[in-house]
Amino acid sequence: MALDSKIPKGPLKDKWTTYKNKIDLVNPANKRLIDVIVVGTGLAGGSASATLAELGYNVKAFCYQDSPRRAHSIAAQGGINAAKNYQGDGDSFYRLFYDTVKGGDYRSREANVYRLAEVSANIIDQCVAQGVPFARDYGGLLDNRSFGGVLVSRTFYAKGQTGQQLLLGAYSAMNRQIARGKIEMFNRHEMLDVVIVDGKARGIIARNLITGEIERHSAHAVVIASGGYGNVYFLSTNAMGSNATAAWKIHKKGAYFANPCYTQIHPTCIPRSGDYQSKLTLMSESLRNDGRIWVPKNMDDVKAIREGRKKPTDLSEDERDYYLERRYPAFGNLVPRDVASRAAKERCDAGYGVNATGEAVYLDFKSAIERYGKEQCKLHGIKNPSKEKITEEGEKIVEAKYGNLFQMYEKIVDENPYKTPMMIYPATHYTMGGVWVDYNLMTTVDGLYCIGEANFSDHGANRLGASALMQGLADGYFVLPYTIGDYLSDDIRTGKISTETKEFDEAEKAVKERLDFFINNKGEHSVDYYHKKLGKIMWEKCGMSRNEKGLKEAMKEIKELREDFWKNVTVPGDLNEMNPELEKAGRVADFLELGELFAKDALDRNESCGGHFREESVELDGLQKGEAKRNDKDYAYVAAWEYKGEPADAVLHKEELEFNDIELKQRSYK
Amino acid sequence: MNLTLKIWRQKNASDKGKMVDYKVTDISEHMSFLEMMDVLNEQLINKGEEPVAFDHDCREGICGMCSMYINGEAHGPDRGVTTCQLHMRMFNDRDTIYIEPFRAAAFPVIKDLVVDRSSFERIQQAGGFISVNTSGNTQDANSIPIAKDAADEAMDAATCIGCGACVATCKNSSAMLFVGAKVSQYALLPQGQVEAADRVLNMVKQMDEEGFGNCTNTGACEIECPKGISLENIARMNREYMKASMKG
Amino acid sequence: MSGLLKSSIGRKYAMALSAFFLMFFLLQHFVINVTSIFPDNGEVFNQLSYFMGTNPLVQYVLQPVLLFGVIFHFVMGFILELKNKKARKVTYAKNNGGANSTWMSRNMIYSGIAILAFMVFHFNDFWVPEIVDKFIEGNSQEGKDYLHHVQEMFQNPIRVAVYVIAFVFLALHLLHGFNSAFQSVGANNKYTKGLKLFSQIYAIGVPVGFIIIALVHFFNH
Repeated sequence: MALDSKIPKGPLKDKWTTYKNKIDLVNPANKRLIDVIVVGTGLAGGSASATLAELGYNVKAFCYQDSPRRAHSIAAQGGINAAKNYQGDGDSFYRLFYDTVKGGDYRSREANVYRLAEVSANIIDQCVAQGVPFARDYGGLLDNRSFGGVLVSRTFYAKGQTGQQLLLGAYSAMNRQIARGKIEMFNRHEMLDVVIVDGKARGIIARNLITGEIERHSAHAVVIASGGYGNVYFLSTNAMGSNATAAWKIHKKGAYFANPCYTQIHPTCIPRSGDYQSKLTLMSESLRNDGRIWVPKNMDDVKAIREGRKKPTDLSEDERDYYLERRYPAFGNLVPRDVASRAAKERCDAGYGVNATGEAVYLDFKSAIERYGKEQCKLHGIKNPSKEKITEEGEKIVEAKYGNLFQMYEKIVDENPYKTPMMIYPATHYTMGGVWVDYNLMTTVDGLYCIGEANFSDHGANRLGASALMQGLADGYFVLPYTIGDYLSDDIRTGKISTETKEFDEAEKAVKERLDFFINNKGEHSVDYYHKKLGKIMWEKCGMSRNEKGLKEAMKEIKELREDFWKNVTVPGDLNEMNPELEKAGRVADFLELGELFAKDALDRNESCGGHFREESVELDGLQKGEAKRNDKDYAYVAAWEYKGEPADAVLHKEELEFNDIELKQRSYK
Repeated sequence: MNLTLKIWRQKNASDKGKMVDYKVTDISEHMSFLEMMDVLNEQLINKGEEPVAFDHDCREGICGMCSMYINGEAHGPDRGVTTCQLHMRMFNDRDTIYIEPFRAAAFPVIKDLVVDRSSFERIQQAGGFISVNTSGNTQDANSIPIAKDAADEAMDAATCIGCGACVATCKNSSAMLFVGAKVSQYALLPQGQVEAADRVLNMVKQMDEEGFGNCTNTGACEIECPKGISLENIARMNREYMKASMKG
Repeated sequence: MSGLLKSSIGRKYAMALSAFFLMFFLLQHFVINVTSIFPDNGEVFNQLSYFMGTNPLVQYVLQPVLLFGVIFHFVMGFILELKNKKARKVTYAKNNGGANSTWMSRNMIYSGIAILAFMVFHFNDFWVPEIVDKFIEGNSQEGKDYLHHVQEMFQNPIRVAVYVIAFVFLALHLLHGFNSAFQSVGANNKYTKGLKLFSQIYAIGVPVGFIIIALVHFFNH
């Protein structure tokens, strides 16, 4: 099947408006006759459920947590971008569009990104109306902060809990509709398959995670909003339950999976402390505004620090290697996420990692404390301040800016980051790849939609800070509710979809057989055993830097691991009860397939772009020597994979990307 | 560290349940409490026993899913943290640790340490929202200025993660801190004024119907709340409630 | 309004308002009692007692209201305790209440029961003889030496001990209760610190005052 992105004709800035004016609508009386299933209740799924219900559709929403409010969107810290230009600093739809496409290393669809920029302003209006307590200035108006890689101040925030507040906003809108009976909420339910009737998505099979019961749910359209697949790495900043099952199941039923190799590895996370580690914690990117990143220059010092004979504070300036400042004098510690992450890996691979696992670098606030301290002393008219006084004043400023992050760090690591440098290391954070969707956010299966992080759309090969929240809410509040109507307008005479059909029978049977297998297999290794092994392969061979040999090995190793999993996995407990191990088994089984496709995609893309770095594709000489080299001639396409029975047999479909409004440029941070 | 764990095991909602002793060895002080539980579960699975079911998700203190009563305190002995942020360095070698589910009639146990907090959901559905439909042309976000103090205070109330520690820790199993926080967030903002009276009446009515106890101002909830939600929110709810009752 | 007592917050208000009323009464009682140790042979004390014992407004309006207040506060207290017990059917195997709340706040029911028991005893000592004297025997109250009765009663060391212990419980009850009543009626603001201090002074000062009065009478004989 040829990919049709269905991008409307006409000038970029008019596409969405013109398109909205022309699509078919469903009249209010008919909306009552139409059911929509939404899987996932994060920013995208929650906002979509609420909006569809407000419009009059009957929504059935599903989440595996005990409440929609717990979806992992809640963990986003920094903020949400919107082209409001409240600061009068020259922001516009075009600038936000341009920054996003450039930040994504020119691997996203122009029309989608422009639409995202257009609706971004509406998101802020909507959220404020819902009572989201965004930060304000003393005049009572909304405050903005600036985020990495852009020249304007367009990020709206609610302390360090922006994701939480936006999600609670969407959740409150859902609650209003649940109370009205327009949303039927299924908490602690997990979608285990999609049901396709005559080529159209018509329902799902879900497991009630409390009773273990397998349920059939029908609808006229199915929306997948189940988030990203970062947990394929086992360790990531994702929630423990975050999984790719819904996205992977629809892939196996015909939805193409796009660009799986685009993964964002975030540079500032708290490092792993041991093999027992279950998850990684992100420290906001904002810390790099004031922290300086370094490792020791001499290997002797590295050893001394690891063995506890020396402290980082013992090392003089000369003995430190501020490697980002050394390599990228123009941007220094503020290079984009992918560059900062790779640089940390390079130093640690060379043996300069500063903790026991060898995977940590320092993020030091000493200079910032000194700088702020001196400034404060001057402001307060303190003459010849002592070193202690300077430090004291400086720490106050740093605390005001980053206090909650420093406290979080201290709780986890038990070290005082005011006194000794923080240790950080990159960790998997966000997946730009996902289910392929057209301009309508519909997958390659009719009536099957995919929104939020679960789809591949707007961030290209690299996502800018504070853009994930924007995309999730844009999809859910302002895009899908329009585009889905165009499809559903054909369904007003369909009537209720029956669940007593052979398609439902078959899907349910397959789901039950798989669950039966897990319970009855009685192998010798736990699910986590396999998940950790998969994570290790992914991290080492499909992590921050990739090469042909490693990727081929990864494909082979993942396949072998998968085969071993299906022979030797053990799942305790029963089918008909709450069984967290059984839930995990299904999710890891899907990761074991997705991982292989990931490696295959990374192998296919023999260029370095955004979060995907191929060692074979680097600048060979000149100022940029050793830096990532994009190849627009051969790879300016979306790689959409069609499932053919085995991940390795997936067939590639290319959606060529056209750039009419933006000139393609190589990124440079030297 | 080597530890003795006394853990509540309960097969399902109708099972009676009991405390069971377990031993774990070689626990690192850098582990989080839930990682220690992972070690225990891996051990149980390898022995062919059923692992302990417990709720958890984000493991960074924001989703509100984790919910254990550890050594007689909700989310354990540390302050300002959820169970997932609690670290083993808070304990000593050879300690005995009691691990129980959050207990309240309105939070029935589903299995082991997992409880059903859907009562919180129903309270939110009774009025925890502002009735505004999504549209592309809601009034501009800056058209209603809100004093910074009010916005900050609303934000403080809004940081509630709905974990239920307040209920679990309250000797009366009262949900006033949870409900007070939500009522306060909207009461402090101009957007919330229109529906303020109905909201507080409906949410309190639902709270009472769910079978939560009565607040006697012990203040335990504020201390154990991982987000430090203030008792002021309860006082504010009391005022809002009386105001609304007098009106009606 | 009628439904108000059916709601948790309504009951909370009712407890607080009845408590404020009782504490006002207690203060008034205390002030009168202080006059019993004035070195004036009970002149002021007897005058005040006579007024309180014979004034129709006090006798037929305030006294029933007070009785109602006392009974209401106790009955509501017990109802709330029962409801709160019902809100947690299975209790914790280990509960470290001391980590997050005061002993006083967790044991209001016990300090309350102690105070109730004391009140029975106290009514038997003073109120019942007074009612018998006034209404059953119909004696004239003119020129009655109230102080003498007080002094007689406090000769007994056991009675004095019971009073002292009861006032300790009262102090414990008030230490949480007074400040808590402010929170219940929604007074939690910039004055909270001041109110808390005031309520603590009251909670300790008044019971200690009562104890001193009892001891003075005991040692004066």
